[in-house]
Amino acid sequence: MNPNPTPPAPGASVILDAAAIERALRRIAHEIIERNPDLAKVALIGIPSRGVEIARRLAALIGQFSAVQVFAGVVDVAMHRDDLHRHRVPPRVERTILPADLDGKTIVLTDDVLFSGRTCRAAMDSISSFGRPARIQYAVLVDRGHRELPIRADYVGKNVPTALHERVHVRFAATDEIEDSVWMSRTP
Amino acid sequence: MSTQVTTPTPDLRADVWSRKDLTAIEPLSVGELTTLLDTAAAFKTVGTREIKKVPALRGQTMVNFFVEPSTRTRVSFELAAHRLSADVINMSASSSSLTKGETLKDTALNLQALHADIIVLRHSSAGAAQFLAERLQASVINAGDGAHEHPTQALLDTFTIREKLGRIAGIHVVIIGDIRFSRVARSNIQALTKLGARVTLVGPPTLVPREFEHLGVAVTHDLDAVLPDADVVNLLRIQHERQRKEYFPSLGEYTALFGLTKARAEKLKAEALIMHPGPINRGVEIDSDLADSGRSVILDQVTNGLAVRMAVLFLCAGARHD
Repeated sequence: MNPNPTPPAPGASVILDAAAIERALRRIAHEIIERNPDLAKVALIGIPSRGVEIARRLAALIGQFSAVQVFAGVVDVAMHRDDLHRHRVPPRVERTILPADLDGKTIVLTDDVLFSGRTCRAAMDSISSFGRPARIQYAVLVDRGHRELPIRADYVGKNVPTALHERVHVRFAATDEIEDSVWMSRTP
Repeated sequence: MSTQVTTPTPDLRADVWSRKDLTAIEPLSVGELTTLLDTAAAFKTVGTREIKKVPALRGQTMVNFFVEPSTRTRVSFELAAHRLSADVINMSASSSSLTKGETLKDTALNLQALHADIIVLRHSSAGAAQFLAERLQASVINAGDGAHEHPTQALLDTFTIREKLGRIAGIHVVIIGDIRFSRVARSNIQALTKLGARVTLVGPPTLVPREFEHLGVAVTHDLDAVLPDADVVNLLRIQHERQRKEYFPSLGEYTALFGLTKARAEKLKAEALIMHPGPINRGVEIDSDLADSGRSVILDQVTNGLAVRMAVLFLCAGARHD
């Protein structure tokens, strides 16, 4: 939620390069197809900011593999966060873009990094104020552990054991003007 | 099924809003104004949800403190707060101890002692909101201070223009009426000129003094001459309560020279918008049928006012200020 188009600092360790990210997303796309026989009812909904790019790319890959054009959208979580008073600057509020009718749909929430699970909780709250989907699944590029809520991802690009003081950074060429990469750094 | 997704722009505005209060448009940067309008656009969609309420300000208390009478602005703020899950207390001048001689500051300190997080203030004195903002920990939102500013009205007018015409820069906005006493006009002039619109003020010389030209706007007293070139006409209400006889012609004379009649409306471009902050004096500032016509966006302004006020409350009270 704090995008910053800077390349990895010296000493940062790269977790996934562009090719590894592409492989992870292709595998997740196949898993979504396998888990959801009725693909026409699937909608990929990205959590801003980089989850939106992941939803867009997964939708394109699923289109390639299955010839079904799945809906790709956005869910704003800023209005549903439980930590507004911990920050000095209010979070950016995004326009939510969902299918017109959620009834009977399978929503696959997408995000770059799964950490405490609070963002996913906010996204589920937000979705439920629009309607009642048949089910919600969760796809993330990186699961770094340290959950604070009972939440688990259905699709994971890579599990990365981390310490609390470490930070995981995700950058995409489409949104950050540097090549796709995931790396880890330590907060000083 | 649509697969249309707008790619998010990189978030380069991380520190574009860090204000506790909104007391005027004048000190805001272009980035802050844009943040407000973009945030309002996101909040507008909350009105289309099955559950028209989000938990953003849950547990916060907003006091609507209206020392001057108002219905639409007060109700709009009240609904905006409800949609953000804040609790609301309404206070008017007659129900407050101001009538018993308590000063504005003492009344406000009492509200703060009750742990009010947001105070929305309408007051007859210019600078009243700024006065409180500097003295209270609560967020203070100006809902109109004398003839100074009415920032949320300017934001909703600007939002409506951007929504209907797609942009603000280069748009020609003609503001008609009582400019001298109008906080709506002052806030609109600030917001529109900052965002690159061209503004022309029209009205009788007593109500539209030439001094306004130093704000970067044009001043004229000939409405018929500017109408063909207008993209937006914003008709201000004739504020009977603020008028003094020496400034104001008779209502009949005003309507004849500056009222938007059907004959005048024919001179407008086909796509020009007709705006009015309300309440309308039908037959005075605007012909009654025109107010109800397709080019009038007066009711869109009311709907957008709700979204804009949600955005203002969220941005000012949705972060910590210590």
